[in-house]
Amino acid sequence: MTRAADGPAPVPSPDNGRIRVRADRERCIGAGLCVLTAPEVFEHDDDEGLVIILEATPAAHHRDNVELARRLCPAGVISVEPA
Amino acid sequence: MSVDLEDAPSFPVPRTVPYQPPESYRQISSRGPLNKVTLWDKRRVWLVTGYAQGRRLLSDPKLSADRTRQEYPTMAPHLGAQAARKLVLVGEDPPIHDIHRRLLNPEFSLKKARALAPRIQELVDGLIDDMLAAGPTADLVQSYALPIPSLVMSELVGVPYEDHKFFQAATAGVMQAREPAETEAAGAQLAQYLGTLVERNLTEPGDGVIGRLVHYVQAGTITAAELTQLSMVLMIAGLETTSSMIPLGVVTLFAHPEQLAAFISGEVPVQTAVEELLRYLAVTDFAAVRWVTDDIEIDDVVIRAGDGIVVSSTMVNRDESVHADPHVFDISRGNRQHLTFGYGIHQCLGQNLARLQLETAYRTLFARIPGLRLAVPFEDLRMRSSGTMQGLESLPVTW
Ligand code: HEM
Ligand code: SF4
Repeated sequence: MTRAADGPAPVPSPDNGRIRVRADRERCIGAGLCVLTAPEVFEHDDDEGLVIILEATPAAHHRDNVELARRLCPAGVISVEPA
Repeated sequence: MSVDLEDAPSFPVPRTVPYQPPESYRQISSRGPLNKVTLWDKRRVWLVTGYAQGRRLLSDPKLSADRTRQEYPTMAPHLGAQAARKLVLVGEDPPIHDIHRRLLNPEFSLKKARALAPRIQELVDGLIDDMLAAGPTADLVQSYALPIPSLVMSELVGVPYEDHKFFQAATAGVMQAREPAETEAAGAQLAQYLGTLVERNLTEPGDGVIGRLVHYVQAGTITAAELTQLSMVLMIAGLETTSSMIPLGVVTLFAHPEQLAAFISGEVPVQTAVEELLRYLAVTDFAAVRWVTDDIEIDDVVIRAGDGIVVSSTMVNRDESVHADPHVFDISRGNRQHLTFGYGIHQCLGQNLARLQLETAYRTLFARIPGLRLAVPFEDLRMRSSGTMQGLESLPVTW
């Protein structure tokens, strides 16, 4: 199965702008674009160098960066949905 | 979309201007995001020049990076050598790829790269001190671009820097040879050298990546030969790319004085400028080479099982549907939507380290040597004619 070019379609804007962020560590390749793009939300753990979520429901102003991280993630493992 | 199979231009084509794609690339991508091109051995493969198509294909599990298969396209004669075909990690598919990648990921996280920042700064400052003492002229390739990744990778991987003449020549030999026999010989020497190093680390673990991974050999997760090959891939991937990129970036800034001024004044943050240099220069020219294990339908085209695919980072990075005025160099653009580091499961392991080295190299160079300029006319600069990595033969500068 091939994913769409930019992963799943972006979520519609929820009222309070809050979002829920998930990342599938099993398929993360540790490239770190998420940490570079939205450092308040994503981090690499020390042991495996794989993604961890610092803020599962980040404030609205992180939304654009999180969305960009989702689109840039080379393994397509970040998902964003309304909180 | 229809693809004219009769018209498959040659690929790759060398650049004449260091930061501009050859005219033929522009013609190819003006026809659409998926085209056929002809390789040196007359084989026809798909050339992907669209960003969306590149990402979509590189995340498709029907693409294989297995270079030992004859379906895998050989991009230049020397890459047909065994040493270039049997590469761990880059040349592996899941599940073995993921096992190897996971051993290395912790060593290359953003945090790990950032922890190396002070040491990288120190190494770069040392090289500038030497240049200033010997100046007021230098060849930036020899005095700056080659030693930076060589020093960094030798410390990180745990390879004695005193052997740098050997491993620089050997990695360049693998990547830039004109004939398979040369690549074979350079690869064999490098494997033997690193194999001895791995053996030594098995009894006396050093404080580099090799030393930290030997316990996986002792635990039976990987063999000593695999660790040798992993360290070989790290040295090859880490040296050639970064050392080619540093001079290309400098010369691109020289050729755009108003942007250089904005860079030096700090008006544009160094991270932003480096991202644009990465996008614009696409130092590896193509981001990935794969073959297809099963038919794939994309944009009304069917890519057949056994077909070869090459993703052109040079052209994907200039996709008009992603970047406004894509052929314009604009250091304030700051857009990471490029495929210079590839995409999908093989996306560059060393990208955090690469960004950091480039940031440190450019910032320190222009900060510490005011008035730095070319020592020869721009037209006299020559692109290396060997290998597929884009690089300058030399970069004479003065101050
Ligand atoms: C400007 C510098 C660099 C560029 C442009 C670059 C580019 C790339 C590209 C395009 C790929 C993907 C290859 C493919 O999909 O077939 C890749 C993979 C890789 N790079 Fe880099 N690279 C750079 C620096 C480095 C550094 C400093 C290291 C240091 C260790 C490194 C290590 C690797 C490794 C190990 C892989 C294979 C990853 C895998 O197969 O999972 N690279 N690089
Ligand atoms: S960008 Fe994706 S693959 Fe890379 S570290 Fe983040 S989650 Fe993992």
